Order: sequence, then structure tokens, then C-alpha cells
Amino acid sequence: MRRPIYLDYSATTPVDPRVAEKMWRYLTPDGEFGNPASRSHQYGWRAEEAVEAARAQVAALINADPREIVWTSGATESDNLALKGAAHFYGKKGRHIVTCKTEHKAVLDTCRQLEREGLEVTYLDPEPNGLLDLRKLEAAIRPDTILVSIMHVNNEIGVIQDIAAIGRLTRARGVIFHSDAAQSAGKAPIDVEAMNVDLLSLSAHKIYGPKGVGALYVRRKPRVRLEAQMHGGGHERGLRSGTLATHQCVGMGEAFRIAQAEMAAESERIRGLRDRLLKGLNDIPEVYVNGDLEHRVAGNLNMSFNFVEGESLIMALKDIAVSSGSACTSASLEPSYVLRALGRADELAHSSIRFTVGRFTTPEEIDYTAQLMRAKVAKLRELSPLWEMHQDGVDLGKVQWAGH
Amino acid sequence: MAYSDKVLDHYENPRNVGAFDKSDPHVGTGMVGAPACGDVMRLQIKVNDQGVIEDARFKTYGCGSAIASSSLLTEWVKGKTLDEAGRIKNTQIAEELALPPVKIHCSVLAEDAIKSAIADYQAKAGAKAAKADAA
Amino acid sequence: MPVYLDHNATTPLDERALEAMLPYLRGHYGNPSSVHRFGRLARAAVETAREQVAALVNSHPTQVIFTGGGTEANNLAIKGVAAACRPGRLAIGATEHPSVAKAAAALTRRGWRRDILDVDSEGRVVVDALAPGTTLVSVMLANNETGVIQDIAAVGAAARRAGAILHTDAVQAAGKINVDFAATGAQLLSLSAHKLYGPKGVGALIVDKAVEIEPLLSGGGQEQGRRAGTENVAGIVGFGAAAMLARERLDEYGRRMPELRRRLEAGLRALGGIEIFSARAERLPNTVGFGARGVDGETLLMGLDQAGMAVASGAACSSGSREPSPVLRAMGIERDLARGAIRVSLGHGNTEDEMDAFVAALAAQLARLRPPVRRAAG
Repeated sequence: MRRPIYLDYSATTPVDPRVAEKMWRYLTPDGEFGNPASRSHQYGWRAEEAVEAARAQVAALINADPREIVWTSGATESDNLALKGAAHFYGKKGRHIVTCKTEHKAVLDTCRQLEREGLEVTYLDPEPNGLLDLRKLEAAIRPDTILVSIMHVNNEIGVIQDIAAIGRLTRARGVIFHSDAAQSAGKAPIDVEAMNVDLLSLSAHKIYGPKGVGALYVRRKPRVRLEAQMHGGGHERGLRSGTLATHQCVGMGEAFRIAQAEMAAESERIRGLRDRLLKGLNDIPEVYVNGDLEHRVAGNLNMSFNFVEGESLIMALKDIAVSSGSACTSASLEPSYVLRALGRADELAHSSIRFTVGRFTTPEEIDYTAQLMRAKVAKLRELSPLWEMHQDGVDLGKVQWAGH
Repeated sequence: MAYSDKVLDHYENPRNVGAFDKSDPHVGTGMVGAPACGDVMRLQIKVNDQGVIEDARFKTYGCGSAIASSSLLTEWVKGKTLDEAGRIKNTQIAEELALPPVKIHCSVLAEDAIKSAIADYQAKAGAKAAKADAA
Repeated sequence: MPVYLDHNATTPLDERALEAMLPYLRGHYGNPSSVHRFGRLARAAVETAREQVAALVNSHPTQVIFTGGGTEANNLAIKGVAAACRPGRLAIGATEHPSVAKAAAALTRRGWRRDILDVDSEGRVVVDALAPGTTLVSVMLANNETGVIQDIAAVGAAARRAGAILHTDAVQAAGKINVDFAATGAQLLSLSAHKLYGPKGVGALIVDKAVEIEPLLSGGGQEQGRRAGTENVAGIVGFGAAAMLARERLDEYGRRMPELRRRLEAGLRALGGIEIFSARAERLPNTVGFGARGVDGETLLMGLDQAGMAVASGAACSSGSREPSPVLRAMGIERDLARGAIRVSLGHGNTEDEMDAFVAALAAQLARLRPPVRRAAG
């Protein structure tokens, strides 16, 4: 067994060897290195052909038309383009956006930016299980609402929102619907037609493709307009300028092709491993699963180990690569904002670990992880004054803390 | 985050983990921090009649640096007078453990813990003296 | 495959840069923001690349912001600075890349006033004094179509006198001539990896610490909060390696390219009816933009492609449009000449034989396309 064991597939994934092989032809000096925008020679044409074939593969996974796919540098750029692009284009129609407190930072920070530009944003609270109450969403939509942005699968707790139901709602109200699908593409079925999604953010590196490439789906019928955020040579129908990285597009295309072919079987296998891990941890006293277990992507298990602080636990788990909170925020000392939004007490949020199982995880790795977790949680609880107080029957909620 | 070897050592082999009887008049207890902030430190000292710290114990809920800061502190205070122990500065702890800037608050917490334990002991001793006077 | 003479559009990835990238496409796949070992390995690789890129332009690693390419770097420079201050006045050169020109145009819709700095017939920006109240200036270091190198230090002096921030697009210059960030007098400088034998999809903006800049991409707070998004680790590593190699090979490049170009230009001049753009100005050693009288550029390009010569008409980004290049228009190049404009851009792989082959192929095409010379009657 190779160590450390990688159980952080929601942060990023290794490039699938089949994907790497495809990328090869567009990386080697004797391969296809042309600029896809070069119109005057074969080098350019061949690169363009490869980019277009990949575009079709990306479109196929979400039942879109290839012309509805705009390449970007990743899901963060897709989220930025979707929100700022729509807000700027439809600024005269309305200045209100609805989103949720558990969205990815790329959506939340973009909303903050738009607020500074004078837009109004409603941040919905999720239910304690992480799912949205659609009645609350419906109630939040106003006549001047131009856009609703709700992610498909949450990066920290893996819960799957009912995108189709939200799509029905937004379509009926004539509001644009954006969904960040960085964590769901290739893991949960997506059909932009059936789900009435208007804008959808995609990432390659969360699904065994390369880092540094993503896409935004932009609906053509009924047409959704965006103001470009990256100006220049007019690539991607003027929506996103910049030389396309042929090998990156090809890699994303292949990753999406594989995902489409193997998703059903792979999800089954991964769910089995996730449940095996859950079974191995569930009987430790004072542990809590964060987020709904039923409406949840197969690979995600997010648990709080009460009375043990998350960072010290991660330190104890140096043989396994997991995360506390999301990767983007784990350098900060703040507890996960997602868990706080679920109404989790701060100390439970501080004690959370996210395990994400993926394509290359083995049963042996799962068993080792469960065993190591049990030992380390016990050891750290021996060190924890809170655990001692809890066992002595002290109600920690009633203690007057000398807080900082 | 990269931890220094000293932090790792204290984290792997924490010194003086445990508890003294809080009601023992020779014991001073300091508990600082809050679960909501991600760290709670409990430091206890056992003081002899000459005002020298004979022994110390800790338990800490917190990151590796918080655990190391309190573990190191228990080693340092043993054999010191209350006065000497009260003069330990967080910067000394941070320097010894090579704490990065984002972890300085762990050493601050440790300094607060020893000050609080000393105050607790002195309050108890003061109360005892007052009782003796009244008698 | 045809002879590749379009290195200003893109370059093949150097094999050594590719080798450096491989581990980060395979085993070392962590997210640099993760605290575990996978993440720390990726983080270390990104930071090494940052040092290598900084060294290429003699800047400090903390000044490097990695982006998704040169276009993003230019957009970030222009819009990022603009967003950090009140709308004012900006000036750009008349021959800037569309990613600068269109970013500046976008600012005019947000209350900015834009001045265009004229160029002379050689394509050099003429700048005596900037309009009072100018807060941002953007002038490229070297032009993609003609290769002309701007006197950026002079522009920098004018910017300093006006109290303006200077940005320079060094996408075409880096790796071809020595670029020294401090010596340019610019506070912002754009780079792209795939123009210097690195991978596509990665670039950088070099930013002086004193300059305030708002991010274009909001999100996870990467790149010191100035560019969100999971780092393209393999791409960044490839960029770093390519930057290091470019620095090592700069002398060799500076020797070989002028030799090849001398041979090529001698051949072109011998053909007659050809004018080399910016010939009297300092140019990148690899770039030859020229106009052939009496032919249509697109037709000529097609013919050259048939003959196995991969060259460009204008910049690759705007290829396909039949309008004469805005760069040549700004230089006042006469229409007949601009219509038949071709750009040849050389690279490490090219040989003297290829120069001769190109001249021969061009001669054949011109003979085919040009109307026979009519002698004056009588």
C-alpha cells in the first residue's frame, strides 16, 4: 500500500493515464503544437480540430450542444464569467441575485464583488442537512431577480441539490439559473435540457483531467447573453479571449468521455468504499456525519469528531491525505463556513474531516484509514480537556469560556 | 503547513499530560481559550510551601502548535518559583518552537494559561490565609 | 508537415520543459492549497517555478502572479489597476495586442478616457508628454506582427513625469531579447509561456509591490488574493522550466536568429516589390513582417501553405478577418502593401535551408499571383 493514502479527491484528482496519453500528442515537439487560432496552416487547423472534438465530448456529458461550451481556465473562471457576465449584461433588467451560503468561494466572492458594484444578493441558509428548502428559494426570487446560482454538489459535504426542481422554478419565473457543477460532473448525472440549467460551470481536474482548464455551458435556446470578462483576440465567440491550450482541452475532453462511459459502474464501486469507511468510523462515540447521507455524491464522507480539533487530527493522519474544511480555505484558522451555515456548533465545525474516495482508492486503504482514525481520535481525546469534561458530565454549552 | 521538529516532537510525545485534583489547595488551575475558537488549554501546577512549582500537567484541545506550546510550558515551569514562571513570555515559547506567524496565538494562549494557573493558586492561598486570620 | 515559421503565434513545447511537467501530471497531483504532503509537493513546485519566471525578467518571486495566459495577464493589468482606483485617463500604444486594446476599450464603458499613442512609420510609439491626469499607460515591449521593440524606458520616463502607472506587454519580447523588469520602468509586465517554448494555458503578470491591483477572478484567494482558481501546477512548472531554458539560451538565440534573418531578408529583397516593415527600427531578432505589392495576403498565405510554408498574415488571433491589420494601418503602411502582408517568425528549430526554401516558395507564388508587368505603351 502506497502512503500517504490519497483520500482528497474533491480537492483534486490525478490525471487518468488514458487522459495523459491523449494529451501527449499535443505536448511533444513532434506532435500537434499549433495555435488553434492560426488559420493559415495545418498546425493551426489540426489543433483546432482537436479542440472541437474535445468540446463535443464535454458537451455530450451534460447533453449540451458543442456550441454551448466555452473553454475557460477552470471552474473559478467559469463561475466568475457566469455571474459577472450575466450581471453586467442584464444590469438594466434587474440587480438582484439569489445564491446559498454553502456555495464555493468562487461564487460567494464573486457575489461580494457584485455587491460592491451595487447589486443586491440574497444568501439563502441551507437546512441542517445541507439541502435547500425550495420554498425559501422561491420566496427569495423577486421581480428584479436576474440570476439564481445554486451548486449541484457541495465540495465539502457532497450533498446533491435538486437541480431539476430549481430549474423548473427559475424557468417558470424567467430567471437565469447558474449551477456550479465542478464537483458533480462525471459523478452525478447532468442533463442541462431536462434540468433547465442556463449556465453550468465545469472543471477538468476534479474528474481526472488536467488542472488549469474548465468550461462554462451557456444556453443557446432560450439564449443567455453574457458580457465577456476576458477581452482580446475574440476567441470563443468573443466570450472568452486567450489562446486555447490544446492539450488541456483535449485532456478535459477525454476525461469527460471516460466519465460518461464509466460513471454508473464507478459510482457504485466508490459508494461501496465510502460506506465501508463510514461503517469503520460510525461506532466511535461522539461522531457526526455532516450533510445529508441520502442525497449525496458517492465519494464524499464528511465527519466531525467531537472534542478533537481538526488540524491536530490532520497532523496525526500524516499517512493519509484528507482535508479539514475545503482546500482553498484550509490555510486559515476559521472553521468551515459550510458547516457553520448548516448550524453546526463551532467546535463541531472545528473537528471536521472530509474524506473523499475516488477512482484509485482500494478497500485496503479504506480499512487502514478507519483503523488509524480510531487510534488517533482516541489518543487526541486523551489529550483533550473537553473530552474529560464531557465524560465527567459537564455540559460544555454552559461553561463560561475565557474566549479570545 | 510545515511544523518544526520541536513542535512535532511535543505533539508526538506530549510531556506531563493529565490532571491534578482541582480542589487540592496546592494546585492552581488555568483554563483558557474556547471550543468555538478551536483551542482550549488547561494547565495545572502543584506548588510547594516554598512557592516553587513542583509539578505540572496539561490537557489541550487545539492544533499541533497549541499542544506543543502547552507541553513545552509544563517542562519549563517545573522547579521555577511562581514569580519566575509568571515572567515567561509567549515570544520565548514561539521562538523555542519556531512557530510561524499564524500560530503565534498558540504561544499567547500558553502564556495566558500559566498566568491564570498562578492566579488561581494565589487566590486559593489568599483565601486560606484570610480564613486563618479570621480564626 | 510544413516548415514552421510562425513562432510568434506559438512555439513547440521544449522537451525538457515537458519532462519537468510530467511528474505533476502523474504522481505529484496534489492541490497546492492542500496542507497534506501531496499539496505541499505541488506548492513547492509552484514556488520554484515562480523563482524561475521571476529570474527570466530579473524580478522578485513575490512579484509574480500566475495567470491562464498572456491575454489574462494583460486583462488583469489593465482592469485590475483600473478597478483599484477611480475612473481616470489611460493611454495605450496604437499597435497594442487586442487583449490590451479591447481591455482598454472596455474601460471606456466604465467612465475611463482613453488616449491612443501614435506610432511612426516604423511602428515606434512617439511619446513626448502624456495628457495631464493620465493614471495608467500600456505600451508593449515588442510587437507581435512587426517585431518592433519600443523604447520602453522613454515611455517609462514620460509615465513617471505624469505620475502614471506603466504596464508593458512583454509576451513577444521575453525569451527573445533580454528583459529586465526594473530597467523597463514599468510597474506591470505580462508574460506568456507558450511563446517561449513553454506550455499553452499559462502566463504571468509581474507586479511591483507598490501597485494596487484588484483580482479579475474572485474565489479561493490563491496568488495572494490576486488570482483565484486552483493553480495549473503542471503548466506552471513547464513555464518555470521554459523560462529557465530561455534564459540559458538567450545568447544562442541572439546569435542564431539574426543570422537566419539576414539570409531570409537578403532573399526577400532580391525578389523585388517587397517591403520589410519596421526595417529601420530595432526589432526582435526572429520576426520579419513584410508586404508584397500587388497580391492579396490571404491568397498568398494559401499558396504558401500549399507549398509547405506555415506563416501568418497578421496576429493569429485575428487571422481570418480580411481587413488589413490595425498595426500596419496605424503605421500608415499603404493599403496595397498591407493587403499582401505576411509575418515570418523564426525559432530554434529553423535552418538556413528553410530560409532559402521559403524565399523560393514565395518567389514562385508571387510569379503566379502577380499580374504580368505591363510595359508602358510607346
